[in-house]
Parts: sequence; C-alpha cells; structure tokens
Amino acid sequence: MAVTTSGTDMPVRLSLGPIQYYWPREKILDFYRSVETTPIDIVYLGETVCSKRRSLRLKDWIEIGERLRSAGKEVVLSTLALLEANSELGHVRKICTNGSFAIEANDMSAVQMLAGKTNFIGGASLNIYNPRTLKRLVGMGLTRWVMPVELSQDVLADFRQEMPVAIESEVFAWGRLPIAYSARCYTARAHKVPKDACGYCCIDYPDGLMLSTREDEDFLVINGIQTQSAKVCNLVHALRGSTASADIFRLSPQSEHTPEVIFLFDQTRKGALKADEATEELKALVSDDLCNGYWFNQAGMASYSATDSQ
Amino acid sequence: MSIERARLRPQNESGISPELCPRAMELVCPAGNLPSLKAAVDNGADAVYIGFRDETNARHFAGLNFNDKQIEQCLAYARGHGTKVYVAINTYPQPGNFAKWARAVDQAAEYGVDALILADIGVMEYTAEKWPELRLHLSVQASATTHEAVRFYAEQFGVQRAVIPRVLSVKQVEALVNNSPIPIEVFGFGSLCVMVEGRCYLSSYVTGQGPNTFGACSPASFVRWSETSSNLETRLNGVLIDRVNKDENAGYPTICKGRFIVNGETSYAIEEPTSLNTLPILPDLLRIGVAAIKIEGRQRSPAYVAKVTGVMRAAIDACIRDPENFIPDQAWLSQLKSLSEGAQTTLGAYQREWQ
Repeated sequence: MAVTTSGTDMPVRLSLGPIQYYWPREKILDFYRSVETTPIDIVYLGETVCSKRRSLRLKDWIEIGERLRSAGKEVVLSTLALLEANSELGHVRKICTNGSFAIEANDMSAVQMLAGKTNFIGGASLNIYNPRTLKRLVGMGLTRWVMPVELSQDVLADFRQEMPVAIESEVFAWGRLPIAYSARCYTARAHKVPKDACGYCCIDYPDGLMLSTREDEDFLVINGIQTQSAKVCNLVHALRGSTASADIFRLSPQSEHTPEVIFLFDQTRKGALKADEATEELKALVSDDLCNGYWFNQAGMASYSATDSQ
Repeated sequence: MSIERARLRPQNESGISPELCPRAMELVCPAGNLPSLKAAVDNGADAVYIGFRDETNARHFAGLNFNDKQIEQCLAYARGHGTKVYVAINTYPQPGNFAKWARAVDQAAEYGVDALILADIGVMEYTAEKWPELRLHLSVQASATTHEAVRFYAEQFGVQRAVIPRVLSVKQVEALVNNSPIPIEVFGFGSLCVMVEGRCYLSSYVTGQGPNTFGACSPASFVRWSETSSNLETRLNGVLIDRVNKDENAGYPTICKGRFIVNGETSYAIEEPTSLNTLPILPDLLRIGVAAIKIEGRQRSPAYVAKVTGVMRAAIDACIRDPENFIPDQAWLSQLKSLSEGAQTTLGAYQREWQ
C-alpha cells in the first residue's frame, strides 16, 4: 500500500469510478478497451445504481477486470449503493465472494458480508464521517476510505492526522456528484411509468436526464433511482499543492471524452499542465458548469478558484 | 388512562420490552418541545422521541428541542404516564467535534432515558463501551435497508431495534422483519423523505448544510420568498424551487418537493407535497410483526402532535383488537388528510406503484 502523500513529491493515483449510467453492452466493452491504454491506475467496475440494469453479468465484469489487470491496472468490483430486495443481497454476496478482485462496499449490507473475512474498500455512501468510525471499520478489514462527497479538504486533513498510515484515502474529483438514492425511479417517473414497468428507459440517457428549475437553470440530473448534481465536480487543482491531499483522485465516467479527462488529470499530476489550464480544457469536455464547493466546506454547487481561502 | 388502553398497552412500567408482547405495536411519537411532548403522552403515545438543542440530531431548527432542564421535565411527565422517552443523537460527528456527541450521549444516559436513537458507528461504539446497559435503537439515518445491514449493528453494538428507511415495499418489510435478528420500527405517518434517509445530500449541495452534518434539510436561513408581478417564488440559496400564483399557498421550499422542468414538462418531478399515511396497511404491518410505528414531526405544533397521536392510537388499538376486520375510520382519514402536506396522503414506497 502506498504511503500517504504529503506534498508535491509522491504521485497521486487516478481511479476510474464505476459507470453510473445505463449503457448498452457494446458501449461498455468499447469503453473499457479504450481505458486499457490510458494512464489510469485503478478501475472500479460494476453496477452501483440499479439492479435491473443487466448489460453485463458478473462473469463479464470479471473478464473485463482480467484484461485491465493484464494492462497494469488495479481492479475493484463495486457494489450497489441502495439495496431493497433479497435478490439484490444475493447478488452482492456473489460479488463479495468472487475471489479475483477487491470489493468496494457502498452499503452496510456488504460490510456485514465482508467484515473479518476479506479486505474491502469503503465507498462514499458508507457514511464514514469521523476517524473513530473509520478505525472501527479498519479493524474489520477496510483498507481504503472513499470520502463522502459532501466532506471538505479540512475534514480530509483532520482524518489524515489520525488515520493509520497504511489506510488510503480517495476523493471524488471529477464528474456529476451522486447526491441521493431513492426507491422511486425518477427516469421512469419522467416517462410516466412505475419502476416495475420502466421499460429500461434510462438507457436513453447515457449521461443522465437533465432536471432544470422553472427559470431554465440546469439543477440536477436524474439517473434512474439516483439523483446527481447537474454541475460537474472538478478537483484538478487539488492534485498538486502544499497541503496534504487524498491518495487517489476518482474520475467518474461520462459517455464521451473520458480518456481526454484522464489525460488532463494525468498531465496535471505530473506537473506538465497547470491546474488552471487543465480546467479550461476540461470545461470544453462537458455541457455544464463546474463546481467544487464541497472541497471548500461550502454548498456543493458553488465554485471557488484554487486561491480562495476556506 | 382508560381501561381499554390499559388492556391493550404493553406492561412497560416495569421495563418489560413490548417486543416480548407479540400482539403489541408500539406507537412512537415526536416531540420538539414540552407542550408537544405532553400532547403526545396525553393522547396515548407509548414512547416519545426528542433531541437536544444542537446539531447532534436531525431536526436542528431554531426554537426546537430541549436543553438539560427540559429533558428532566420531559422524563418526569412521560414517566408519570408510563410513556417511554427516546433521545435522538442521530447525526454524524466530523473530526474535531466528536466530543459534542459524546457529551450528548453522556447527558442522556445520566438522565436515564429509555433508549438512544443513533446513526454514527463511532457514536455507537462510544455508547456501547461507556454505557453498556443503555438501550440503543438504530436511527433511520443509519440508512439500513436489509437484514444484513441491521445485523451489522446488532452484532457490533447490541442495537435492539432498527428504524428503517421509507424505501421498502410491504413485502420487502416483511422479508426484512422475518430475517432480522432484532425488532423493526417503521414510519407510519408524516412528511415523506423520498430519498433514502441518511444518504441524501441535496440540501448540502444547494446550501452547504444537510441532515448528516448539520441536522437540517433545506434550512430556513437560505429560504427566500419573493413576489413578482403575478407570482410568488420560493428559493433556496437562490435556486428557484417553485413558483405559484399569488393567491395560492406556497409550500416550504424543500428541494425534493419543488417543481422542475424535465424533457420540457414542468411538474413535481421528484414528489408532490404529500404525507405518508399507513392507516390502510396497519393490519399488514401488524401481521408482519413490525414492533413499532413511528410518527414523523418533531418540528410540528402541539396541536398537530395531539391530533395525529390520537388518531394513530385509536387506529392501532382497533387494529390490534380485530385485525381481520380493520377498516380505517373515515373520520381518522379526513383528520390525517387535513394535517398532511398538500392536504393529501400516500403509501409511498410501501406501495410498488409509487416507486
């Protein structure tokens, strides 16, 4: 395990989060082929939003994982964030006992299945808000902590004072923020059908479905049972700096231009590109404004320049 | 206490858990202030739940909740009527302020309250170690929706009851109860969270303050009502949540209850103003073996608490008396409707079609 970073010398790793949206099988396969040759270090695979989305089966994900591993990537299988049915528990159990790859637990059900048996990564929706909670879970096998999306750099710095050295931290650094989960499917609702008869309509929205305010401001993005921010989180400026930062920066896949996003983050962490320049280029790759408010302990939708004080 | 209520209520004065009385379904009512607590107790609550006057609980609003002296008054009044008192310390401390939550736990324990309602693992660990005799309930804020998640808390911290998020259908509640190592408490009436509780960041995305870190959703300090020539607009930190004609009622701008545009159409894209009402499925909840029915509403008035408690008490008693033939009284339904958001009610996720 990497020693925690403290300053500009140690390289920050880049991870690719699980695909949040419902993409067809071929698109997913093509996507991961294109990822093999990028400088991404860690790849999270699997369906974390809706158990009805079955473009790929577990064996397909494992096959993709094996290819990525041969290409030098660390591979993690991620799991559902919100579980309601016994069948979903069964599916998560299968992933937890896959034996090939590490697991990201996004719900306490998965933690219960893994605790004391297999090391695991604690996903952002596990509600680990303080070091005491983290240490308890470390004692059960947690090896990496993914920050809840609403926590700031100050909280991260406080955690790092108390975290065991071998435990890694990861921050959601690019993409639409996952900010709520529901039993209700909002894409189905927008199509005036119930979740049980959804017709898999979310496949029509490879970057989610925009929800605007009544004065036509992009506000939220509907992604089935998940609600996301419309604004795209961007923490590229936090890759290099004088204060301690996260060990791993997570980039969330989008339907187009993900390899370019990876490239820009990679160039910035190497010092080949300034963060401001990277931001200008990143802006061109998405259709919405960028935000980074949570990092600065403010409203998530806000945007601050790197030189703003907290 | 009427003779009828004495017969139907579990013998809890001696501390025997209602879970030992298989036909009982405890009625747990909210109290944001002393008059509300009295209203709940007087109208037949088996237990009331309260919070301290700070961000250690998920209803951190100005003018609400209790300081130390008031907790003593709560206990005295409740105990005098055989009603239990639970204290919610159900938000998530961040590094540096854990001591505040620890202090809240210690204070509640020293007062000898009947149970703490907790969400954070660190706080549960602290409580289980320092106050091993203190009864722990799992808050809905812990976001535990399966028997495996519930089992985690039962095994790790000796949690003795779990309040579950409003995301499960009746059948899924049944499966959970059947497989859970501990009794389950469900919401029975009140304002509806449509996102799974404990993991919703809509409020902090818009305002920087949310339920987990601040104990508030869509906080009042960020609310603005402004008039245009023909409309009234409600905003939260500048974001337009809804717009109504000047002669219409403008609801509070809770983000998920706003009206938004999706695919060119304006609607309540997430949820309409409505309240959860489980009267129609009380016999199912009883049959399934749900241990307690929780009423949402610590921010509500004493009159609201009195009316809702009274209706739910009568309904639960009637249901226990004759579950096969239970039909909710029209008077109860109108009463609850009149107290509901948008003057309408829903079964929410309990009903698959809502999902």
